[in-house]
Amino acid sequence: MTTASQPTLREQVEDFLFKEAALLDDWRLDDWVDLFTDDGRYVVPTTDLPDGDPQRDLVFIDDDITRLRARAVRLNSRHAHREYPWSRTRRFISNVRVEETGDGELAVSSNVLVYRFRAGEGNPYVGSVHYILRRGGGAFRIAYRRAVLDLEALSWHGAVSIIF
Amino acid sequence: MTSDELFQREREFIFSRCWIYLGHESEVERPGDYRRRTVAGRPLFFTRGRDGQVRVFLNSCPHRGALICRRDEGNAEVLQCFYHAWSFNMDGDLIGVPDQEAYGPHFDRDELGLKEPPRVESYRGFYFVSFNSHVEDLVSYLADAKEYLDLIVDQTEAGMRVVRGSNKYTMKANWKLLVENSLDGYHLVPTHQTYLDYISSLGADDSGQTASARIVGKARALGNGHCVIESPVRSGRPIAHWHPLFGEEAREPIARIRQRLVDEYGEERAFRMADTSRNLIIYPNLVINDIMAITVRYFEPLAPDNMEVTAWHLAPREESESMLATRLDSFLTFLGPGGFATPDDVEALESCQTGFRATETEWSDISRGMLRPAKSTDELQMRGFWRQWHANMQGFTHTNVQDAPAPAIETEAEVELALASDN
Repeated sequence: MTTASQPTLREQVEDFLFKEAALLDDWRLDDWVDLFTDDGRYVVPTTDLPDGDPQRDLVFIDDDITRLRARAVRLNSRHAHREYPWSRTRRFISNVRVEETGDGELAVSSNVLVYRFRAGEGNPYVGSVHYILRRGGGAFRIAYRRAVLDLEALSWHGAVSIIF
Repeated sequence: MTSDELFQREREFIFSRCWIYLGHESEVERPGDYRRRTVAGRPLFFTRGRDGQVRVFLNSCPHRGALICRRDEGNAEVLQCFYHAWSFNMDGDLIGVPDQEAYGPHFDRDELGLKEPPRVESYRGFYFVSFNSHVEDLVSYLADAKEYLDLIVDQTEAGMRVVRGSNKYTMKANWKLLVENSLDGYHLVPTHQTYLDYISSLGADDSGQTASARIVGKARALGNGHCVIESPVRSGRPIAHWHPLFGEEAREPIARIRQRLVDEYGEERAFRMADTSRNLIIYPNLVINDIMAITVRYFEPLAPDNMEVTAWHLAPREESESMLATRLDSFLTFLGPGGFATPDDVEALESCQTGFRATETEWSDISRGMLRPAKSTDELQMRGFWRQWHANMQGFTHTNVQDAPAPAIETEAEVELALASDN
């Protein structure tokens, strides 16, 4: 017999991250974009400048909510040729750390391994993802999502064609 | 596209004989700054010495060959080989040898400095190397491509700089496919429909035409295998074509830049700089796209079916923070491997390479536009590149090769006449 107990904050955050991973692996991109706040941002710096600032440095991805929706439209179409047919992906998330920043927001970081399989090849994207999460309506929303690749170059995939 | 034998021949007859792009002067700003590169298969690094001179060295210890420079970039006064601890200053001089007495009295440090490539020259901040000591001077080699570099560099008063952060990615495709793709106006609409849709959704296309009916520009072969396509700008250019997406506050500064260009270079040249964009290839493996942003894209062939691509972003030093942010935004949306277009180019090129496994596929067709003055959606520029490639592979240097001959038929009326007579 087990005793029902409240999940810890980290468990709550992990549940959220696991749900996000499932949406991405299932290519439910519109639902994924809905996890973001209206002022949300998704950033992927280049492999040679992990601390790159999109305002003054070249990065791979710097999406506000408008471009994030456009990215989902593109990937849902049949004309994003690098991802049509869709690749198969499987995400593994671990080493989740949560810090309350005092203003109702959470600073979250996780290690991420995403295997991508397509056209006879399977290779990983490896890195860490850093979030600022806000609580709202009994759920978390993503205000900022910065995905930092450990790869030295996009040697296997040739692009960041999926959401990392 | 698939032959190991031809790949080896390309290394010898093209990459070991031509001028090959190395880097930009702004990448080594301060004395002691260094950058590591692989150029034509060779590990190199370049650095700025205490005297302000840019120098290029083979990244190989004159003692036993180990890599001297083991970071991609940095600043140093001395580089020490980790293997036996020989030390070199940033001018390449050998300044330290542990237990030097063991070599005897005739050991001469001056003969054991870092080696340089046979030739290093620069044009307006762009550094090139050649492993062919007999190669002609860089400016002659650049032929008419020189003018196109001027069109870019003249846009700025304070000089161009390479922005921090680079795009490094691999395409499992032959390097010549990327040459073709970088100058291929024909593929834009079918391959990059999602990008064009995105731009339309922002209201950024002010050409007033549908994608397939818009005015196309011109293609030119520039001699020595260099080629360009030039097109009217269809949205904004930070230099110097204002667009509503830039915001009202940018209108005045851009007008000032434009006025400076007119004052300095005259209306016609200012028009080209501000209102046209261009995709340029410097033979054999450097692409400079001066479009909504300026990209410098270098590719290093690794195998017949594999290449490593590095892209940098060039911007005027004096550019305002907001305009730089706009320029960066344009770059990553269209030109970057996380954007809305480049991933699909990677897919297209790898798809061609896979298709070539059907060895019965003997030819690629690049005849488009042969019977008319070439437009930017035609393939004259590819033919210019391939003629040079063909000559080089037969052992001719570029000076043996002329530009593509003028088309036999020059005007549209003549084309119609020719087509009528064919019927």
